[in-house]
Amino acid sequence: MLELKEIRKSFGRIEVLHGVDLHVRAGEVHALLGENGAGKSTLMKIVSGIIQPSAGRIIVDGQDRSFATYDEAIAAGIGIVFQEFSLIPYLTAVENMFLAREIKTPLGLLDRKAMRRRAQEILQKLEVDLPLDVPIARLSVAEQQFVEIAKALSLDARILVLDEPTATLTPSEVEHLFKVMRELRAAGVAIVFISHHLEEIFEICDRITVLRDGEYVGSCDVAEVNTDRLVEMMVGRRIENSFPPKPAPHPDAKVVLEVEEVQLRRGGPVSSFQLRAGEILGFAGLVGSGRTETVLSILGAYSAARCKVRIGGVEKRLRDPADGLAHGIGLLPESRKEQGLITSFSILQNVSLNNYGKYRQGHWFIDFKKELACTQDAMEQVRVKSQGARARVDTLSGGNQQKVVIARWLNHDMQILIFDEPTRGIDVGAKAEIYQLMRNFTAQGYAIIMISSELPEVIGMSDRVCVFRSGGIVATVEGDAITSEEIMTHATTGRVDHVA
Amino acid sequence: MSHDANIGAATKGRARVSPLDWLLHSPLALPLVGLIVVSVLMAFASDNFFTVNNILNVLRQVSVVGILAVGMTFVILTGGIDLSVGAVMALSGTIAAGLMVNMGLPGGVGLAAALLVGLGLGLFNGVLVAWGKMPAIIVTLATMGMARGLGLIYSGGYPISGLPSWVSWFGVGRIGIIPVPVIIMLVVYALAWVLLQRTPFGRHVYAIGGNETAARLSGVRTRMVKLAVFAISGVTASLAAIVLTGRLMSGQPNAGVGFELDAIAAVVLGGTAIAGGRGLILGTLIGAVLLGILNNGLNLMGINPYMQDVIKGMIILLAIYIGREWR
Repeated sequence: MLELKEIRKSFGRIEVLHGVDLHVRAGEVHALLGENGAGKSTLMKIVSGIIQPSAGRIIVDGQDRSFATYDEAIAAGIGIVFQEFSLIPYLTAVENMFLAREIKTPLGLLDRKAMRRRAQEILQKLEVDLPLDVPIARLSVAEQQFVEIAKALSLDARILVLDEPTATLTPSEVEHLFKVMRELRAAGVAIVFISHHLEEIFEICDRITVLRDGEYVGSCDVAEVNTDRLVEMMVGRRIENSFPPKPAPHPDAKVVLEVEEVQLRRGGPVSSFQLRAGEILGFAGLVGSGRTETVLSILGAYSAARCKVRIGGVEKRLRDPADGLAHGIGLLPESRKEQGLITSFSILQNVSLNNYGKYRQGHWFIDFKKELACTQDAMEQVRVKSQGARARVDTLSGGNQQKVVIARWLNHDMQILIFDEPTRGIDVGAKAEIYQLMRNFTAQGYAIIMISSELPEVIGMSDRVCVFRSGGIVATVEGDAITSEEIMTHATTGRVDHVA
Repeated sequence: MSHDANIGAATKGRARVSPLDWLLHSPLALPLVGLIVVSVLMAFASDNFFTVNNILNVLRQVSVVGILAVGMTFVILTGGIDLSVGAVMALSGTIAAGLMVNMGLPGGVGLAAALLVGLGLGLFNGVLVAWGKMPAIIVTLATMGMARGLGLIYSGGYPISGLPSWVSWFGVGRIGIIPVPVIIMLVVYALAWVLLQRTPFGRHVYAIGGNETAARLSGVRTRMVKLAVFAISGVTASLAAIVLTGRLMSGQPNAGVGFELDAIAAVVLGGTAIAGGRGLILGTLIGAVLLGILNNGLNLMGINPYMQDVIKGMIILLAIYIGREWR
């Protein structure tokens, strides 16, 4: 149905795709796999006409095609759901689906009824039930995704590209998405599915194509491979165990942070927990269960109804993340582009941003030499791969950007590091490096809180786990009790929707 | 793994950057080109343009808006805007004149009062924006109205004249052949440059304009920085008031109407991004001088003042359009 042959793409003198093939048949879910920077997104942008290939053929239904624009690709039956949605937050689902191709009455006014009917038809076919009359911004991420898919289908898409659709979904939402995908497959739609979760590939996909560094590695049936083989194809070497070993627990380790009570909203649940030096405390739970808000409350970046905290045994009220910095608490935020990095700054300026106390010259001025030396030292500690401290951060890969944000906290006398989704959207190799770094930090005496939505990561890294549900901690598990069943049970009120 | 880095290293391997290359990639490139083009055009249009006297005259005329534009640069770099500078300047000047003339207080008190008025209103703006979480454009619009009104109430709507003669030194005095207002302006620019380029505070200003959330979460006291930039803008407005009062030899409650727009134009012509995070104080100086040359040149050519405004507006649009293409 869709065939790509020997696709090449160069930006300037750099070739990023070196002759990639992809063959997607009608009625199959085809996984496109590869680390970040392998060329998946670039390839999908070529398929959808957003960028043009430098060489190679695009064949749709046996005919050679070339798409100068996104609209031409849509006309050829290609629909794409991007990682970042292209929905207008203040418009409703119906308005979004028919944006720029509204159905009109003979008078040229909007035919709301007809649009609504058409939207309902499509959503019914998907067996999706969602409110049609509220702004998209009020729908969950999963519902927004279904709107995107419905939009593509309303354009008669026969080839549907889903770029990391599951990255921000809860397990039950993922199940729903897979159900929809299976129905579409049965209806003869060809689906290209991009995901970093290998277990999802085995659950839903029929065939796999793997890219590595813009090279075509190979295609095969899902039945022919296992996880180890896939990872090997992706990274070109075998990663035995990406989680470093957990050290033996120190039950008498010093309590560095004691959260006596935190209540996010009035009338909501009240939680408490302790954090000890040298441990990794995992925060598990569904997206939206209050994990991020809880750590931000402790830092003073979120105004909780109540928040009582002892740091090193002394009661403290932090009103601003700057107070957190002063008390030795650092944060690696959830979204590195929106909350972590100043993208217009160099690596150097990003790392030294909160460090100026360390290198003053004559009290008032920045000591540029010391700034550079300290930054390079911090970059070395976390092993940032770059062209040097003065390179712009937006030239770095996701994993290296993440390390830059971590490096920011290393020139301080920090005790507590909070890692919010530390490996989201970074490749397998970089993940392993981040895990190793976290263990190095705990060995140096740092205490770490790690928020993660990836169960294997929570299980593989945490010494203890606090499980969150609807705004509060419902259970704390440690040792051998840290299993996916245990965590998911607590996170979802006893129902086990999905066992990873 | 991170092959991105290797790819980058292989292609971006330009080791040295020549000064010309640096200039072409610096945000100063376009403002400088604009300055040169306009100067050359003016030199052709009028024989009197390239004389020492006329150039010093242009700089002297530029000084008031030039000083206002310094504070404006700080505010815009953080992603804010300050519409109140013209009115704050008028109020500062009026109160300083009033204290000296009507109440017979010593000159030092008058100057200090002018600075305090600017500082106070700047802090007022800053508190409302940083802690009140209100949009800067609305807060400063309101302050603009209030400051203008207070100046008219205080003076009864009439200029306050009869100032001691030494006040004129700030407006029309000279050290050697250099006019005092030009010296004041250059000192303000030098201080601003040091603040922005050499101190942690300056880095924080750029960081907030680049990504306020990230700056805050990494421990920058963003509210204090925002308060400080509005305070700086208030102080530069009152410094401009001192220069203007010295030139007019009176406190004029109606002075400086629309000066906030000239100051914003100077900042933007100087290559600073209106959304914040990018820009150089030297660019603002170039922008202010560019505006001054336009005013001066159009005057020398004897063009109708109403027409001058139209031409200036078109040139600003053209400059921003070219700048947009450039990036």
